[in-house]
Amino acid sequence: MEIDLPDNVVITKLDELGNWCRKNSLWPMPFATACCGIELMAMGASRHDVARFGAEVFRFSPRQCDLMIVAGRVVMKMLPVLQRIWQQMHEPKWCISMGACASTGGVFDTYCVVQGVDRFIPVDMYIPGCPPRPEQIIQAIIDLQDQIQREGTITGAEFKTPQRQQTKRALMELPVIGQLPPREWTANQ
Amino acid sequence: MPLTEVAAPPNETGQDYLWTLNFGPQHPATHTTLRLVLKLDGERVVDAIPDIGYLHSGFEKIGEHLDYNQYVTVTDRMNYISPMANNVAWHGAVEKLMGIELTRRCQYLRVIIAELARISDHLLCVGAMGLDTGAFTFFLYGFWQREVIYDIFESMCGARFTNSYTRVGGLMHDATPVSIEKIRAFLRDFPKTLDDMERLLNRNRIFVDRTKGVGVMSREEAINRSATGPIARASGVTVDLRKDAPYLAYEDFDFDVCCMKSGDCYARYLVRMFEMRESLKIVEQALENLPSGPVNVGVDERTALPGKQAVWQSIEGTITHFELVMANRGFEVPHDEVYSAIEAPNGELGFYVVGDGSDVAYRARCRPPSFIHFAMFPALIRGHTLSDVVAVLGSLNIIAAELDR
Amino acid sequence: MPVSEDVVNALKARYDDLTSSEFRGETRVTAPRASLLEVMRFLRDEHGFDLLVDVTCVDYLRYRDATDRFGLVYILCRTADNLRLTIRVMLNEPELSISSITPLWEGANWLEREVYDLFGITFEGHGDLRRILLPQEFTAHPLRKDYPLQGRGERHNFPVLRRGDY
Repeated sequence: MEIDLPDNVVITKLDELGNWCRKNSLWPMPFATACCGIELMAMGASRHDVARFGAEVFRFSPRQCDLMIVAGRVVMKMLPVLQRIWQQMHEPKWCISMGACASTGGVFDTYCVVQGVDRFIPVDMYIPGCPPRPEQIIQAIIDLQDQIQREGTITGAEFKTPQRQQTKRALMELPVIGQLPPREWTANQ
Repeated sequence: MPLTEVAAPPNETGQDYLWTLNFGPQHPATHTTLRLVLKLDGERVVDAIPDIGYLHSGFEKIGEHLDYNQYVTVTDRMNYISPMANNVAWHGAVEKLMGIELTRRCQYLRVIIAELARISDHLLCVGAMGLDTGAFTFFLYGFWQREVIYDIFESMCGARFTNSYTRVGGLMHDATPVSIEKIRAFLRDFPKTLDDMERLLNRNRIFVDRTKGVGVMSREEAINRSATGPIARASGVTVDLRKDAPYLAYEDFDFDVCCMKSGDCYARYLVRMFEMRESLKIVEQALENLPSGPVNVGVDERTALPGKQAVWQSIEGTITHFELVMANRGFEVPHDEVYSAIEAPNGELGFYVVGDGSDVAYRARCRPPSFIHFAMFPALIRGHTLSDVVAVLGSLNIIAAELDR
Repeated sequence: MPVSEDVVNALKARYDDLTSSEFRGETRVTAPRASLLEVMRFLRDEHGFDLLVDVTCVDYLRYRDATDRFGLVYILCRTADNLRLTIRVMLNEPELSISSITPLWEGANWLEREVYDLFGITFEGHGDLRRILLPQEFTAHPLRKDYPLQGRGERHNFPVLRRGDY
């Protein structure tokens, strides 16, 4: 059966339409803790201008965002805050780990710096550099948009695949000698 | 998950209509990560309990494990608004410990980079203060000029942001004609932007109303609370290490120290705006009189890493390189300790370095101005309204990485 | 540069168990633990050292020829002529406490809290001596030399969040 379509009608899949909407309206939540935060500001300011890529609406409330950019080192005292903010964001949500410190701990291989936020929250995109240049952050956003367009689904099935569920790197099992009590997470707190 | 409990302040007021507001640690107006627990009576802040440590990354502990040249990369990340000033402060302390006399050219170049760092720091500070009080255009003006300073630094040392430009006994590279030309262009263009910025905000009714008379600190209080830098000068304390104890080549230059008497947020803003003009004067003079000659101390003193040319083509260079790089040789460090400070953009930035003979510091203590300035925040905000919190925070220029280290 | 000889002589005339040394133009005075507050008050009131620049501490556990474990460092400045003076106090293991100088300088508050946090030295009469940089649950004092740089595993001690966890 042949259907005549007018020229201004496009047929697509619902997934692709959803992905197209999602990828072009990323609302970043800048979790800026340290030096990388300044480069994040530079990315938003006039010279680099991330508005060209549809991700300029920085919102500081996690309820309004779907892209968390962890910029800067995350330390022991800050990690519960990071996890809490991550949980407050609505699905579908993505996370960019910006800079060496957020991705691996960087030069700060010390007693209090978390050695990569991907040990404790899921991360979709890593940006190398200390700190990365604004162009690199823009590239990461473009790459993330590609990824969303490529594998996103309306139902969020892509997040349920096993490799997305695992933390990117195995947790190093170290004996905990300091008597910091293990922290329990419940939704009601 | 409950955040870490903040213990009750010693003298808690027992009024039951007070309510508590948590501000931070992830809040745009804190710029970075710090937390305030505010006790409010309606809009009025009765008390503020700062809670810091959300970016404590063990800088001083790393300082005990990296050698004197390596640690400069970590000092970049301390006050990341003006990394060059940190580099100058760190190596100033190390060179004082080792008793190294810098060459004139190196001193002048360090003055230039330290003053450019001051301009870039003040631009961000006043810009962010404007941003918090509603002046977004002002912030963009400042940020554009910061990009120009980044370009200068990039042409000098290859990194736009975390520079690590200084080395023990000298600099990483000499300044090239390209970077000198860029600085000249900046000196030409920047006063115009500064005029624009002053016109935008100095007499802006909204800004003046929000900052004048807010967060007042008297002269005695400023001294008692160990304030230094622009914050002390805004309260009428005439301290400036560049004049009081001229380090590097500051005694060669003609510049003024700006002081205000009122000690409020507006005074701190004006002091910073004025200091940028003075820094421009210093950079201009330093550039005009930039001495020729070597930038690093001589190869025979065995402190500065020789250039590749010297390593490959002269026996002294090879020996020095070997002496410095070999694990069991390194610098000749006395078995003693020094404190050395510079006038960083934020205040007195000092390093207390303990040498133990090896080329790794035994203890590398940093005296962070932000830490000391943030301690006075509760006293400044008491009695003001909630909306003044951001104005006072912006005027203090708290950099969390320097606050927590 | 102003000279600090007068001040040191006046101090020595008043307190007989002080020692002083000089290095690279810096004068250091080592005061006994018991008389720190008096020395500081004397310096502030009689000699005009009105600005407390820094309070810090050094752990001499692995320092060559060191006889004392901890050395507290107080750096004072006279704002009138920028004369600087460093006061040292040596502390040893069982008695890790010293009188606080917060009655003299408000600015000492956080500096002393930091020393308490990172070195475990208690300041008597401080009034608000809590940990400042590290979490309250932390038990160690990380800037001591017997604490490893990479910690004892505290930084790995958090729950792992996966997608779909609420």
